[in-house]
Amino acid sequence: MHQGIAAPLMRANVDTDAIIPSREMKRVSKVGLSAGLFAGWRYLDEAVRAPDPAFVLNQPAYAKASILLAGPNFGCGSSREHAVWALREFGIRAVIAPSFGAIFQNNCIRNGLLPVELAEPAIHELATQTLDGPLTVDLLRCVVRAPDGTEYRFRIGHLQREMLLEGLDPVALTLRLDESIRAFQARDREERPWIYLPIHTAAR
Amino acid sequence: MPATPTATLFAKLWRQHVVTELDEQTSLLHIDRLFLHERTGSIALSSLEQDGRGVRHPELAFCTMDHIVDTSPERGDDTPVPGGKEFIRTTRDAARRFGLTLFDIHDPRQGIVHVISPELGIVLPGATVVCPDSHTCTQGALGALAWGIGSSDAEHVLATQTLRVARPKTMRIRFEGTPGHGVTAKDLSLWLIGRESASGAGGHALEFAGSTVRMLPLEARMTLCNMAVEFSAFTAVIAPDDTVFEYLAGRPYAPTGALWERALAHWRTLRTDDEARFDREASFDATLIPPMVTWGTSPQHAVGVDGRVPAPEGEHDPVVRRGMERALGYMGLRPGQRLDDVPVDAVFIGSCTNSRLPDLRLAAQVLRGRKVAPGVKAICVPGSMQVKRDAEAEGLDRIFRDAGFEWRAAGCSLCFFAGGEGFAPQQRVVSTTNRNFEGRQGVGVRTHLASPATAAASAIAGRIADPRPFLGG
Repeated sequence: MHQGIAAPLMRANVDTDAIIPSREMKRVSKVGLSAGLFAGWRYLDEAVRAPDPAFVLNQPAYAKASILLAGPNFGCGSSREHAVWALREFGIRAVIAPSFGAIFQNNCIRNGLLPVELAEPAIHELATQTLDGPLTVDLLRCVVRAPDGTEYRFRIGHLQREMLLEGLDPVALTLRLDESIRAFQARDREERPWIYLPIHTAAR
Repeated sequence: MPATPTATLFAKLWRQHVVTELDEQTSLLHIDRLFLHERTGSIALSSLEQDGRGVRHPELAFCTMDHIVDTSPERGDDTPVPGGKEFIRTTRDAARRFGLTLFDIHDPRQGIVHVISPELGIVLPGATVVCPDSHTCTQGALGALAWGIGSSDAEHVLATQTLRVARPKTMRIRFEGTPGHGVTAKDLSLWLIGRESASGAGGHALEFAGSTVRMLPLEARMTLCNMAVEFSAFTAVIAPDDTVFEYLAGRPYAPTGALWERALAHWRTLRTDDEARFDREASFDATLIPPMVTWGTSPQHAVGVDGRVPAPEGEHDPVVRRGMERALGYMGLRPGQRLDDVPVDAVFIGSCTNSRLPDLRLAAQVLRGRKVAPGVKAICVPGSMQVKRDAEAEGLDRIFRDAGFEWRAAGCSLCFFAGGEGFAPQQRVVSTTNRNFEGRQGVGVRTHLASPATAAASAIAGRIADPRPFLGG
C-alpha cells in the first residue's frame, strides 16, 4: 500500500523521450537519471537546470509527489528502461493512466513502479482532488482511494501483482524452470533445427 | 482425434514458443533470436555481468553498433554523443567476453539492427526475435514474432533464452486496393495512426493483411510493421509468402540445402486460418490514401500533404484539444494553414523506418537532375553498409550528392538527438523517421514525418511538398 501526493500531468501520449530525453542518458548506468527526468519540460534552461515554474513537478504543492496522473498511452515510444529508472529515482511509485505503452508497462513491473489503469473520467476526478490530500494506492485490494474517500478499482495481472508485491527477480524464478527449458529445446531442435545456429557463428 | 482448431498466425507463432504457462495470461516463451545495440544493450550486458550470470546461448545473440555511432565517413569509436564512447566500448568488450556475434563499426555488415537482421537472414519466419528497441516490430514483416523489450528483459533472455510475456489480444488490419501514385507504406501507416490515434492499437498484436499488403515489396512491409509501435501495438506481423522466401534465400544466416527445404515447408503453414477469429478487425481502402505528412508532435497528427493544419476547436476531448494546442505552439503553425506552404530548414532521409534500398531509389527518382533548395540542409544516411554499397553500385549516391545531399555511413544518426549532432531549436525538418515527439531530433526542433518521396520533394522545393508532381507519370 502506498500513500502519496499525486501530480496531474494530464497530457496524452507522454512518450519516453519526454520522460527521459536521450541526451540525458550519459553513462552506461541505471542510476543518476532523476535530474534528467522530464528535462525538456522541467527546465527553462537545461544546461543550468533552471526550473520552469509552470511545470507541475516544480510547483511547491507537487514537489514531493510520488504518484503521477496522466492521459492515455503514457510511456509510449522508445523502449528505454531509463524512463522507469528515472521516475523511480525521482520518487515516483505509481503512475495512473487510462493506458500505457506496452514496453514501458512491462519495464514498470520489472522495477517496482506500479502502472495503474483507470478509466479516463476516474482520473479526471482524481485530478480535481490532488490538493485535498494524499492518494492511496492499495495493490493488495487493487483499489485507488481518493482524498474524498471514493474508491476506484483497478485490474492487474495476477503474476504482475505478485512480482510487484514480492519484489521477485524474474531471472532467478525462470532459472528454476531450467528443466522445462531444456525439454522444450530438445523437442524444438527436432521440429525446427534451422533455428539452432552452430555455436561459433562469430567466426563466419 | 479432434480437428485442429482454427488459429490466427499470431496464435500459431505464440503456441510454437510456449515453454510453459506461468498463469492464465502469461507464458514463458522461447526466444529464438536476441539482438542488442550499444545504447540499451550495453546496460543489459553489464548488468548481467554484475549479477554474475552468463549467456545461455551466445550463438543466438547478436550485437550491432547503430544508435550513437558517428555516421561521418571517416568514423571510429569517437562519436559526437557525450559519453557515447563508453556505450560503444562496453558493448564491444562484453560481446567479446560472452562470445556474441558483433557487427562492429568497421564491419561491412554493420547497420541499423532492423535493417541488418533481415539483410543477414538472422530473423526468419516463425522465429521469436526480441531487442531492447521499440522498433523490433519491423521484423514482423518476415512473419516473425518480433517485439521490443526493456534492458532487464534483454538480460532475462541472455540468461535463460526465454521471456515471461503476457499474451496480447489480436487485431487484423486489412488494406485493399492499389495505392495511388507516390503513396508508400509510410503514408498508409501515418494515415492509419492519424485516423485511429497513437493509442489506437491499445497493445494488441496486429496482423496486416489484404491485397495492398500482399503486393507490397518486403522493404515496404517492414516500414508498415515498423510504425506499428507508434500505433501502440504490441507488435505487427505479416504472413510470410514467396516475397519473403525469395528475399531470404541465400542470406548468410538463413538455412541452406535440405534444412532450407524443411524450413520452407514449415513457413508455408504460417498463415491465419480462414475461420480464425481476431479480437478486433478493420479494413481500409488504400486507394483513397494520399501522401501524408505530420503537422504536430505525435504521429497521430497526420494529414494529407495537400491538406491543412487542423483546428483544435473541432476537438471535443479536452486532453486531446490541449495536446493539439500545445503541438501547434511547439511546431509554430496556425490552424487552417496549408502544409505545402510551410518552408523547411532541413531534410533527413534514413532510420529503421525508411533507409533501405527501395526507399533510397524512390528518393533518388525525385532528386535526379534536381537541386536541393538554397539554405536547406539535406542528409541521407543508408540503413546499413550493405544498403550503402548497393546504392553506390547503382549510382544513387551520385544523384543524392549532385542534388546537394550529404551521403553518410550507416546508423540511426539524426533520427534522435542524444546530445551530439542535431538540428537547431525551431528548425523545421522533414524526416523519414518514425517520431515527431517534442525534442526528438533536438531541443525545440520541429519534425514533420513523411515518406522518402515527400522528404526528397520537400528538399527540392524548400517547403513541405507533394511528391507526385516530382515523380512524373
